[in-house]
Amino acid sequence: MSTRDFLHQLPGAASAFSRPVGWFERLHLDFWMLLLLLVLISSGLFVLYSASGESMEDVYRQSLRFAVALAGMIILAQFNPRILERWSPLFYLSIAILLVGVLLFGVGAKGAQRWLAIPGVIRFQPSEFMKLAMPMMVAWYLSHRPLPPGWHHLIISAVILVVPVLLIAKQPDLGTSLLVAAAGLFVILLAGLSWKLIGSFVALGIAALPALWHVMRDYQRQRVLTFLNPESDPLGSGWNIIQSKTAIGSGGLYGKGWLEGTQSQLEFLPERHTDFIIAVLAEEFGTIGVCAILLLYLLIIGRGLFIALNAQSTYGRLVAGSITLTFFVYVFVNIGMVSGLLPVVGVPLPLVSFGGTSSVTLLAGFGILMSIHTHRSLLVK
Amino acid sequence: MSEKRTFKNLKLEQSIFRERVFVAFLFVILLVLVLVGRMLYLQVYQYDIYTTRSDKNRMHVRAIPPTRGLIFDRNGRILAENLPSYNLTFVRERAGDTAAVLDVLADILELSEEQKEDMSKQAYSRRRPFQSALLLSQLDDEQIARVSVNRYRLPGVDIEAQLIRHYPYGPLTAHILGYVSRISEKDLKKVDRSQYAGTHYIGKGGIERQYETALHGRVGVQTVETNARGRVLQVLSEELPEQGESLSLYLDAELQKVAARALAGFRGALVAIDPNTGGILAMVSTPSFDPNLFVGGINPDIYRQLITSPDLPMFDRTIRGKYPPASTIKAFMGLAGLEHGVVNATTTIYDPGWYQLPNDSRLYRNWKRVGHGKVNLKRSIVVSNDTYFYNLAYNLGIDRIQPFMKQFGFGINTALDLPGASSGLMPGREWKKAHRKLPWFPGETLSIGIGQGYWLATPLQIATSMVVLANRGKWVQPRIVEMQGRNQAHLNPENKPEDVSVSKPEYWDQVIDGMVAVVHSSTGTARRISKGIRYTMAGKTGTAQVKGIKQGEKYDASKLHERHRDHALFAGFAPVENPQIALAVVVENAGGGSTTAAPIARMVFDAWLTPERLKSTKTASDLVDGNRQ
Repeated sequence: MSTRDFLHQLPGAASAFSRPVGWFERLHLDFWMLLLLLVLISSGLFVLYSASGESMEDVYRQSLRFAVALAGMIILAQFNPRILERWSPLFYLSIAILLVGVLLFGVGAKGAQRWLAIPGVIRFQPSEFMKLAMPMMVAWYLSHRPLPPGWHHLIISAVILVVPVLLIAKQPDLGTSLLVAAAGLFVILLAGLSWKLIGSFVALGIAALPALWHVMRDYQRQRVLTFLNPESDPLGSGWNIIQSKTAIGSGGLYGKGWLEGTQSQLEFLPERHTDFIIAVLAEEFGTIGVCAILLLYLLIIGRGLFIALNAQSTYGRLVAGSITLTFFVYVFVNIGMVSGLLPVVGVPLPLVSFGGTSSVTLLAGFGILMSIHTHRSLLVK
Repeated sequence: MSEKRTFKNLKLEQSIFRERVFVAFLFVILLVLVLVGRMLYLQVYQYDIYTTRSDKNRMHVRAIPPTRGLIFDRNGRILAENLPSYNLTFVRERAGDTAAVLDVLADILELSEEQKEDMSKQAYSRRRPFQSALLLSQLDDEQIARVSVNRYRLPGVDIEAQLIRHYPYGPLTAHILGYVSRISEKDLKKVDRSQYAGTHYIGKGGIERQYETALHGRVGVQTVETNARGRVLQVLSEELPEQGESLSLYLDAELQKVAARALAGFRGALVAIDPNTGGILAMVSTPSFDPNLFVGGINPDIYRQLITSPDLPMFDRTIRGKYPPASTIKAFMGLAGLEHGVVNATTTIYDPGWYQLPNDSRLYRNWKRVGHGKVNLKRSIVVSNDTYFYNLAYNLGIDRIQPFMKQFGFGINTALDLPGASSGLMPGREWKKAHRKLPWFPGETLSIGIGQGYWLATPLQIATSMVVLANRGKWVQPRIVEMQGRNQAHLNPENKPEDVSVSKPEYWDQVIDGMVAVVHSSTGTARRISKGIRYTMAGKTGTAQVKGIKQGEKYDASKLHERHRDHALFAGFAPVENPQIALAVVVENAGGGSTTAAPIARMVFDAWLTPERLKSTKTASDLVDGNRQ
């Protein structure tokens, strides 16, 4: 019997020893995290107003989405993490089956097949849920094993990780498969994968890059080529990068002012309020604005890691750590691609870009964090 | 699986986790610094470069549209050309108040509400910023003058010289060429958007659609520096467009004219093919429409008329019209009989004017009610006897007829480059079970024997079957564009038929002899078109029943509604010794094939084989004794 099981056998212990809590904790919400998220979301709406060409309609729509997503977050926070843990494998398996379904019966556009649809009823993207199911499943698996994980546990974790990632990559959806892979990898890294192995995997990964080129679809290769030389396709995909760099660069240190971004207001691409919104922010608020938003992200990540460090179960620690670090991957990949550091993959700027799907999963992730943080008992402390 | 029972070391786990989180946070901070560094590099170090690009002088990437390829007939006559025209274009970003500018425009040009609405739809359509929208095309001189005088009130509005598609032969080539028309948002989803950045038109239907990629060419790119008002200061770089490829057709515009004149006034179709190449020499569907109306945006009233007309002018009867092939297939039935040993050249039956199945009281009538008496294979083709073929079909059975006819392209779309060509219908047992949920009845085989019943074929398919017959089994697939270089990529790869072979070559002669006698013998159903003929023609008339005639009732054209009268058909090829042209004519509701369809065919044959004689004749009826009934 492991120590963990032992703890489970103390019924009622949690309530008997629970701390006196404020109403925030009674609602199972984390005050600091909620505050930071709300500040981020409202700043994002400001930028969106400018980026959407002063469209109040877009701002309303986006606010409505956030309201729904926040409600989802609050509901999720009410669940005890142990319940979430118990349901992790089933959740993961059902999403994995749905992903197979996407490949067989999925619908989509532009050669990518990403949605499952029951016509007239519902249309959704199972890969989006995998962003949460993946860390939950890997954490569930590893938290039941002695850590740092042994060889065969690592191999099983790798299988858990690779199957959905390949399914999503096959749709093809490079951005999402990258995020899902990252979420799973972070769990394994946090669980204590030895540095030696990490080092050799990184080396192997770099060596495998040329092989990756062969399995990529034409449009994906095109993106990489465009990244390497945006001028090669100025009317097509290179346009985005040339224009976003111009917008960012012309913003300068202090920016041109809210609604004053000539580049973004006039000559930008259709995606200026979705994936490329950071360019609008950079043009209108300058380096100062970008630093401010990066600071906000950093604080959220700091709070997330704090929650992870204080989590009481291994499962809670791993899931909280992975969700937080994946959140950072969004930030880095998005700003990196818009500023021309990385090739263009479809990753939005979290909680700022216009669009509903990612906001829901992101805030659901924060709901899980809050659940982990607010269901602690004093016993183990 | 034997798992080692290891206790979890919580202390160790926690310390590893702490270490990992610490390292991860360091990484996060490091990467955030990279992003900050990148921003500083772009926004501080390279600030001057980008601010120049963005503020003082704007860099624009402009698309240079390629010139659309021309379409020629086999003799180099232009069928589709580009004429200069003036368009009214509009850049929303330069207008300031779009609605106000549109109001001024509508006022100056005295536009109707409907036109105004269409114009504002174009003005507000989703585009990349600073890309111009097409408001009006083909401006006349007065409109140009009015806009020019009021230029100062119309920011963002421009008059742009552009090439516009024109079809000099108009309705004559409408179904074959299709037409180009303004690109819609829906069209753009199907093509590479960036290729169409400067193009306002896209091919719809016919060759214009099938060969869109080749005809369109590849867009060019010009990078220009402009001032804040959008005036070009200098061209920074330029990549010229790759002009659209021109196409040559097998079609002969003059032959097409002759065929259209011969079919004028009828609803019908004619397809003529060169049996040596499969190239389509003429392809007429009447009535037709003027494709030039569509280029500038068609008037909605005219469009409504076109699509609601009961004569279906937009419908391409040559490749989509499905008709019973009727007696035009009797040669193939005969060939099937010979090949399967069901009959031979001397098999003779007695025709009392009807045929009866065993144990069935129903009478299957010959078209000539008193019967043709003793008939053998050749005579049954010459006089188009039905009873002989009822008997032959009954003895062959549908299971042998269906695969045999498929060899000649019935029930299959064999066209190489004609979009939307129908595959017709060559029925059989499985088809009937699947589509009618009923077994195949023996009586239905009899109808198939005379090309009626469920059997449907397009005029193109009937003409193609004549090509294969003329070539004695050797297949050439019908096609319209002479292949050259890149164009091959557009061809339809599937449905490549195999050559037809029969066990004795004289079988071909036996049925072709019958078809020659149809025209050249004194008893042939098409004997009246042989007057003054200077070549040997093999032909077969056909009369396709549109409305079922009840048992014991007599067909009387005058009592039937015009739309229920029989279709007239003729199919054939010439010269028999060295086939140069094979064709099929279908004339809807025009009565018998010998009276209406055959003379039309003769005119087209003459025009192709003895063009000099044509000058002295004017109408199809001049070619036959007496007038059409």
